[in-house]
Amino acid sequence: MKRILALLLAAVMVFALAACGEKGKEVDKGGVDEDFKVGFIFLHDENSTYDKNFIDAAKAVQAELGLTDEQVMFKINIPETAACYEAALELVDAGCDVIFGDSFGFESHLLKAAQEHPEVQFCHATGTNAKTAGVANYHNAFASIYEGRYLAGIAAGMKLNEMIKEGKFTAEEAKMGYVGAFPYAEVISGFSSFYLGAKSVCPTVTMEVKYTNSWFDIAKEKEAAQALIQSGCKLISQHADSEGAPKACEENGIPNVAYNINTASIGPNTALISSKISWEPYMKLMIESVMNGKEIPVDYTGTLATGSVQLTELNTKVAAAGTQEALDAAIEKLKNGEIHVFDTSAFTVGGKALDENTLADVVPDANYEADTKVVSDGYYHESEYRSAPYFFMQIDGITGVIPE
Amino acid sequence: MNNVKKRKDPLVRISKRDVPVWWKSLIIRVVAIALALVVCAGLIVLVSDYNPLEVFKTMIEGNFKTERKIWNLVQNTAILLCISLAVTPAFKMKYWNLGAEGQALIGALSTAAGMIYLGDKLPQPVLIIVMFVMSVVSGMIWAVIPAIFKAKFNTNESLFTLMMNYVATQLVLFCITFWENPKGSNTVGIINMTTEGGWLPALFDQKYLVNILIVTAITVIMYIYLKYSKHGYEISVVGESENTARYIGINVKKVIIRTVLVSGAVCGITGFLLVSGTHHTITADTVGGQGFTAIMVSWLAKFNPFVMAGVSILITFLSRGAGEIATILRLNQSVAEIMTGIILFFIIGSEFFINYKVNFRSGKKEGNK
Repeated sequence: MKRILALLLAAVMVFALAACGEKGKEVDKGGVDEDFKVGFIFLHDENSTYDKNFIDAAKAVQAELGLTDEQVMFKINIPETAACYEAALELVDAGCDVIFGDSFGFESHLLKAAQEHPEVQFCHATGTNAKTAGVANYHNAFASIYEGRYLAGIAAGMKLNEMIKEGKFTAEEAKMGYVGAFPYAEVISGFSSFYLGAKSVCPTVTMEVKYTNSWFDIAKEKEAAQALIQSGCKLISQHADSEGAPKACEENGIPNVAYNINTASIGPNTALISSKISWEPYMKLMIESVMNGKEIPVDYTGTLATGSVQLTELNTKVAAAGTQEALDAAIEKLKNGEIHVFDTSAFTVGGKALDENTLADVVPDANYEADTKVVSDGYYHESEYRSAPYFFMQIDGITGVIPE
Repeated sequence: MNNVKKRKDPLVRISKRDVPVWWKSLIIRVVAIALALVVCAGLIVLVSDYNPLEVFKTMIEGNFKTERKIWNLVQNTAILLCISLAVTPAFKMKYWNLGAEGQALIGALSTAAGMIYLGDKLPQPVLIIVMFVMSVVSGMIWAVIPAIFKAKFNTNESLFTLMMNYVATQLVLFCITFWENPKGSNTVGIINMTTEGGWLPALFDQKYLVNILIVTAITVIMYIYLKYSKHGYEISVVGESENTARYIGINVKKVIIRTVLVSGAVCGITGFLLVSGTHHTITADTVGGQGFTAIMVSWLAKFNPFVMAGVSILITFLSRGAGEIATILRLNQSVAEIMTGIILFFIIGSEFFINYKVNFRSGKKEGNK
């Protein structure tokens, strides 16, 4: 005990010396638009692939626009509680002109801060209220990630076709598995488009969905993936933030399609491709709008065309021959409107094709009522009436979409 | 011992101090905080190239730079003080209530329930009174369950109250699944955002002023209650010796349960202030560990409510300052928690040096003594 105390005292001395020895380095001041400041609020640190995607984008935009560290403030590890509101006000105090929050649960806290500080712009990723809240300095943003999922689905379908051709299983046995976080529109929209992409090249494909009821749970995601593999799934994809499912796939030699990160390092022999939202275009737009005194869009949807929806590098070791060419062709067609992901002739719900009276819950309300007609010109208009996804139905061919 | 001449004195010898002079203990405390800050600065230097002297400037700026920051400092102090006041009567009685966290959380939960279910049904003043009563009653219930078990079956109250914290946390998580708003966020969001139903009103344009006034009132009342009331006297006697208490005719069980009820009630009020007066939302983290920090505040202040105010403001200042440093350096907010941990460690450690004297083995000349 005494020794420990002595050691502790010694350690304190060392620290004290270290503290005195270090002469303060001058922080680099200057740069463009010196009084401009932007603040970011992140739910987690880089250990979460979800937040890493945002943090990396923010750093890239900072470098691109030549902003100093003092002009780009980060609040990392802020929970979806009143702490978010406090963090936002801290950033307002620090002189931020625009504040960005990355998590869905931040919305009401940011909205409250926005109402109290009309002179500061607030941008919230994945939120749903900007269009109807009537708060001029509050904005939402998302991306038409369903297009990316659809493309990743094409790569998956071609892989299935290749395996059928090799005689590994029959066309009827072509079943995919999907590990979802929660049965929410964002997840359902994602896997439905993924399924439709696969179906566009492999018409007999079916899909089973399992939820983990958590955005980040390595063990649960791995377990769900394993259960799906055991139930006969030949390919796995997921919408959750950990490396659980890709790892299970690598162990079982099952191809995997990921989201937001390139998983080639985790599954060199099974990682096929990932779809990804790049937040750089939006963050850049947001910062430049404020710098130039322009309006930030109330509800922004990034697309393939804006560079917000991306695919990571195709793992040619795993992918079927000709995948890259097929993807490039599909990207062009999606961009020029030749094909639509939710083409009502390509899928049925309860045995019927969707008609023009199909409603979706676009306007947020307490009872989650479907309120907007979303089908016209022969396709379901996802992320057009609102940036955040609202596709919420069970497409025939997918099982386990909406749990009991 | 004199016979064993060859035996060396230990390098460090610890002896109990006499009752320390007030200025000596003050110096020890100041030195402890200074050392804590030096270690924090060392940590900062290790993880960044920040000038350690800037660290202290940043801490002060983080608390005082704007009017809002100053109000926040006072508000956060008030909340910590309120929950510290809550634990004090029970601790003074040597009843080890480690459940302030859960008692405050359950008060917060009832307040939130009131806001959600009655927000548009009752007029604002009635609603606030109803929520206040609900929070007080629920805090009392949460506190008195372990006390009854203690009185009837002599169960261990520290374990029991500690476990009640977990029950409270799980109950909050359970309720959140029903109150989730918007769907998919797994959080409750801000309750009654548009109507502000059940929100404590702002006074003179200051949204936290009501909280602060309530806590000030509780501080004064608690001081009088502990120092001048018959109840307060009974608490001290039971705390000193239960047998003495029994001898002079105090009903010990009654005093224990009554005092625990007072503790639980003030914990419930803290929960009410957190939800109705501050956050307007509920999470499992609403109390944020302050129920445990409060125990320390109460002990460091030797159960004196006014000294507790000073300790509370110091702790709030230091942890907010640490948070500011994490932001300025673009570090994870966990760094702030690490620094707060270091500071608390030193503050608690200083109590050791106030009560005990450390004697180093002296030089050879004096060694023969």
